[in-house]
Amino acid sequence: MRLKDLFALFRAPSRSEGSASAAKQRLQVILAVERPLTRGQPDFLPLMQREILEVIRKYVPIDERKIKVEVEREADMSLLAVSIELPNAALSRAI
Amino acid sequence: MSQVIVVTSGKGGVGKTTSAAAIAAGLAMKGKKVCVIDFDVGLRNLDLIMGVERRVVFDFINVINDGIRLNQALIKDKRVEGLYILPTSQTRDKDALSREGVEKVIEELRQDFDYVICDSPAGIEKGAYMALYFADEAIVVTNPEVSSVRDSDRILGILNSKSRRAEKGESPMKQHLLLTRYDLDRVARGEMLKLEDVVEILSIPVLGVIPQDDMVLQCSNLGLPVVLEPKSIAGQAYMDAVRRLMGETVELRFTTPPKKSFVNWLLRRTA
Ligand SMILES: Nc1ncnc2c1ncn2[C@@H]1O[C@H](COP(=O)(O)OP(=O)(O)OP(=O)(O)O)[C@@H](O)[C@H]1O
Ligand SMILES: [Mg+2]
Repeated sequence: MRLKDLFALFRAPSRSEGSASAAKQRLQVILAVERPLTRGQPDFLPLMQREILEVIRKYVPIDERKIKVEVEREADMSLLAVSIELPNAALSRAI
Repeated sequence: MSQVIVVTSGKGGVGKTTSAAAIAAGLAMKGKKVCVIDFDVGLRNLDLIMGVERRVVFDFINVINDGIRLNQALIKDKRVEGLYILPTSQTRDKDALSREGVEKVIEELRQDFDYVICDSPAGIEKGAYMALYFADEAIVVTNPEVSSVRDSDRILGILNSKSRRAEKGESPMKQHLLLTRYDLDRVARGEMLKLEDVVEILSIPVLGVIPQDDMVLQCSNLGLPVVLEPKSIAGQAYMDAVRRLMGETVELRFTTPPKKSFVNWLLRRTA
């Protein structure tokens, strides 16, 4: 190791030299926090909702508007809730 | 098949209008029939950048609300064949953009044009939503700078959840990163985020890298889309981006600073 390199080790990085990598790090941290909030519901939800609907329709007649798919986010877990309202008649026939 | 492309960013002043004008003009230079629409109601600028400000009689808002026909409002560019501008209103506000009205205009343009380019306003309010809602593809204009990258990330979330494609559960909107005002010297000195950093954070494919270039200002002074100035390196980089948009494979240029040799200096002096 040359003497110059040794000095470089102990010198605080100059503001301009390191600022791009500081920018990158700060962005990665803040986006990891913000994405779960701003991205809201995952993009696959509408499609998944339709597919679930199709599967259930094979067995019981249901109304498209009576299905609800929701994602709830809490600090350390997410909850995927699917609720489907069935007409009474449909269910008694099916079971 | 007609493509509707939104040029968007979240953050203001990053180069959306410059990019929309350059890409629209570039596509037309490649033989396509192109219409570029200004969605920045109340703060119209596209007409100035395209150099057609004195030819505006009717606008996008008149077509939506006042029974004016589309071809009464469209302005045909005099320099590039196949290039049309749909200016917006300077006096109305963004509430004049109804979703049904915008849809009708865009559907009518789809019948006639290869590309419809939507120049979005900054922010995430109604004007920006209307500009992106009907799009098939999005060009996300980003500067190598923290607040611009964060806002681009926010816009990507909106494209994935609030566009018509997302709401209808259709195949997701194609998204492109356009990194603009890229200052090669500052990137080389480690003072500015480099292309690789921005790509790593936003993780969408790169359509182009447009260098910081003084000629962009000169072109805007003259009302000239920057691709019409062959000496401009930004113009050349936009032309590369246009070719990529049309499906060609074009290597990235202008991502490292030119060598500062004596010969190069001489060449530049005599150019
Ligand atoms: N590659 C470039 N090199 C130098 N200057 C540039 C470049 N791209 C854009 N600019 C300048 O940046 C400024 C903002 O550009 P522009 O108006 O296109 O941004 P915008 O995103 O449309 O802004 P707004 O959010 O207000 O609509 C202008 O002064 C323009 O000349
Ligand atoms: Mg603009």
